Amino acid sequence: MSGAAGSAMAPAPGVPAFRMRGVTKIYPMGEIEVRALDGVDLELHEREFVVLLGASGSGKSTLLNILGGLDVPTSGEVWYLDHELSRANDEALTHFRREHVGFVFQFYNLIPSLTAAENVALVTEIADDPMSPADALALVGLADRINHFPAQLSGGEQQRVAIARAVAKRPDVLLCDEPTGALDITTGKVVLEVLERVNDELGTTTVVITHNAAIARMADRVIHISSGRIGRIETNAVKARPAELAW
Amino acid sequence: MRPAALDMKLLRDMWRLRGHLVAVALVAACGVATFVTMRGAYEGLVEARDYYYAQYRFADVFAQAKRAPRSLVARVAALPGVATVQARIVHEVTLDVPGFQDPVTVRLISVPDDGRPALNDLVLESGRYVAPRASDEVMIGEAFALAHDLKPGDSVSAVINGRWQRLRVVGIANSPEYVYVIGGAAIFPDNQRFGVFWMSRKALEAALDMEDAFNDLTLRLAPGADEKGIIRTLDVLLAPYGATGAHGRDEQISNQMLDGEIKTDRVTGIVIPAIFLAVAAFLIHNVLMRLIALQRSQIGVLKSFGYSDRVVAWHYVKLAVGAALVGGMIGIALGAWLGNGLADIYQRFFHMPRLEFRLSAENLLGVTLVCVAAAVSGAWPAVRQALRMPPAEAMRPEPPARFKPLLVERLGYVQLLSPAARMLFRNVERRPMRAAFSALAIALACALLVVGRFSLDALDRTIRVQFEDARRDDVQVGFYEPRSAQVKYDLAKLPGVMAVEAFRVVPARLRLGHRSKRTALFGLPQGAELHRIVDIDGRVTTLPPSGVVLSAGLARILHARPGSVITVEILEGERRVREVPVASIVEEPLGLYAYLDERPLADLLGEDIEYSNAYLRVDPLHLDELYQQIKRLPVVSGVSLREATIRSFLATIAENIVISTTILIVFACVIAAGVVYNGARIALSEHAVTLASLRILGFTRREVTGILLGEQALLAAIGIPVGLVLGYAICAWMVVLIETELYRLPLAITAHTYLYAAGLVAGAAVVSGAVVAWRVRHLDLVAVLKTRE
Repeated sequence: MSGAAGSAMAPAPGVPAFRMRGVTKIYPMGEIEVRALDGVDLELHEREFVVLLGASGSGKSTLLNILGGLDVPTSGEVWYLDHELSRANDEALTHFRREHVGFVFQFYNLIPSLTAAENVALVTEIADDPMSPADALALVGLADRINHFPAQLSGGEQQRVAIARAVAKRPDVLLCDEPTGALDITTGKVVLEVLERVNDELGTTTVVITHNAAIARMADRVIHISSGRIGRIETNAVKARPAELAW
Repeated sequence: MRPAALDMKLLRDMWRLRGHLVAVALVAACGVATFVTMRGAYEGLVEARDYYYAQYRFADVFAQAKRAPRSLVARVAALPGVATVQARIVHEVTLDVPGFQDPVTVRLISVPDDGRPALNDLVLESGRYVAPRASDEVMIGEAFALAHDLKPGDSVSAVINGRWQRLRVVGIANSPEYVYVIGGAAIFPDNQRFGVFWMSRKALEAALDMEDAFNDLTLRLAPGADEKGIIRTLDVLLAPYGATGAHGRDEQISNQMLDGEIKTDRVTGIVIPAIFLAVAAFLIHNVLMRLIALQRSQIGVLKSFGYSDRVVAWHYVKLAVGAALVGGMIGIALGAWLGNGLADIYQRFFHMPRLEFRLSAENLLGVTLVCVAAAVSGAWPAVRQALRMPPAEAMRPEPPARFKPLLVERLGYVQLLSPAARMLFRNVERRPMRAAFSALAIALACALLVVGRFSLDALDRTIRVQFEDARRDDVQVGFYEPRSAQVKYDLAKLPGVMAVEAFRVVPARLRLGHRSKRTALFGLPQGAELHRIVDIDGRVTTLPPSGVVLSAGLARILHARPGSVITVEILEGERRVREVPVASIVEEPLGLYAYLDERPLADLLGEDIEYSNAYLRVDPLHLDELYQQIKRLPVVSGVSLREATIRSFLATIAENIVISTTILIVFACVIAAGVVYNGARIALSEHAVTLASLRILGFTRREVTGILLGEQALLAAIGIPVGLVLGYAICAWMVVLIETELYRLPLAITAHTYLYAAGLVAGAAVVSGAVVAWRVRHLDLVAVLKTRE
């Protein structure tokens, strides 16, 4: 495997935000053990836009979960700046997510009983230096929809609310799990444009996991993952604009 | 044989939902247990009473006189409608029980020398019947024997007609006339200080100089006889002989108390189970609504495979019926156990033969059916929803819930609420009926506790008003014959007596229009300190110089108001009849009395002021000495001690109160815990994805738990105060329902009771909330990333 690839690659913007060393994750599944990650070494840099590309079952979601503090590795080390996530307890991980991470889910996971603005406010109220819900929604182009309930919004609009919710607290890293997975191509592109804008304007380290290879063209780096190992890492000399993508 | 696939699904669903179903089953079990206990006790009491009254020939009509000739018996027997007549001699004496200092009053009742009593026959529990003409033999009541540990062969001594006499106990007996043993002026049973003895008629005749005479008449009527007419005739026949007015079973005190208990059991056995089963139905409804929402696509698949609506409906109804049947079985077992316990207590209280807990097949079947019906009625609206969905629609995900801004927001107070609070309120607004019923169920639990403690509060207030504010004597003595004012000076000379207040009590019949009531007329001195007239709220009424003060109970019977002029018919002496105005009406907790200044009463009687009783205030250091002397005074017919009466009564009922309060606490907690647990579990199921998403977004476990339980906390916060008000209303209703001619519970609920009810319900809610909160730990955060709502 090309475990050392992360640290050996071409210059990437910023300093390492995440460092992973020999990360292995094993899920006991009854009689057998599933090795979801198998000795992963990886660095992610500040302000970087990274696409984790892999087929279903490749281990990319497990990697994202560990980066986001939703799960801890069976062995190996994970550091976010000077926080060691691999040894953190539940309370510390909750604190880490609250302070530093924004999540965007495949199925948006908005609170149906709250309006767009309130969904955002739910997060800004527990953050230290958030932007206002209105500003966050303006950032994703939904300034005119702030008082709508999720059921009154299209899928793409719901996902943009979810992004606004994720970035409103000015997180250091934005983790997106198949953000366009439930959307058609046109809507998907609008969502990707928003992610690009957040990465550009706020400088948020952005990690997108997807099985959609077309999305890889807009990343700084593309990390291919299969069978729990990092395969190949590509650096895009020229990043494509989301509008140029096709799938 | 392996169960059908659908039944396997059912069993696994039930296992998965076991927490919910246990909550439902326990609430149903409480309802069924209450029914089985109270209905069993009710039927047991009714059957035992009917058997006892029939087998031992309990009389229908009772009359007392001073001294009537035996020749009168034949005339009474000849009256149309009279089946059996029994003339007796009944006389109260003070008794000396070895090793017991306090004065004891005993009612001696004659029994025939030539066979068993024709009416009010005795159940001989041990020993033998008194020998004919034996002047030193008595059979004694079982309650008294137990209170003093007296057995056949023991001896006591009594002052009979001024002579000390040794009495040998030869038998222990019970009588249908004294199922509930209460002395003349007493309000509560005091088996240590009041008892009933039966003695040879000839011996009693000789001791009291009552040869060929009687002072007590009991009648058994033929079926269809005109009881009222016979009572009227009896009053006329006995009038020349000092009669105090005949009455039917309805005024016979033991029968009255027994009927009161039976009535309470019947009401409790219907109202309480109905509340519990309604709550169980509501819980079933919630569980199935959620289950069917979760299994929407499964229902669609089943239907598309060709399972009929009937099969699908029955599949879900079975789940409800299963929970109900489990609850029913637990309830029946629990009810049978509690019922047997209650029967034991009754047995100690009532001394009736054949008093046992009844567990009839028809009641068991009936309550099981009602329990199942409650479950099905709770399940049905949910099941009907499943049936209505066409298979194709069912297989699509449920359309997203529609929310709208809250009422407060529409009114422009948006800023008042945090987003988390808005989530909570919108969830409540979206399912207002569910929220309302949850709050109502919590309110009912709270109300049950208020009602349970209310009887204690009411009792406490009654005792305080009756025995601390109104009666402030230490000892009350009664005289065989009215005495002149000299008696006050004689009593004052007794050891330890610090104050004496003598008064007159005469039996009288009061009439207003066509209504009438036999009662006791009290002639009290002005400015009486040892017996004041105090109402239920502790206010003291001063006795007017003229006119009569009525207990409110008596005023209600007569429909009398202040200013009404009532006819007073004195039932002794010259039996004068006079018109007297009602001066005022006092809401007393116990008894039906009429009060008058001693002077107008003497005028009414056409006599000088004379006294039949006296209250004494006594130095506690000299009590024993005083008792020794009082017991030997020939003029004293009976003595009662205020403190002792209260203590004895409280000791008698303490156990009952502890048991019934404990049961009520457990039951109310089951409702509160069941409702909150059920609500929180369903909320957790409905909002699992939301809550896990919030955890991912950085909300702590505590914050997420707060959001989860916020709705239940809100419902409890609404339910508890509503429950306190509801509890008050039920108590007010119970006061009317339980009210008898003899007593009326004061509607006195203490702050302590409210705090206790609110605290206990809140505690039960917190505990069951905590149980559900523990599950927040197990929210699967990772799965949520891939979950489509």
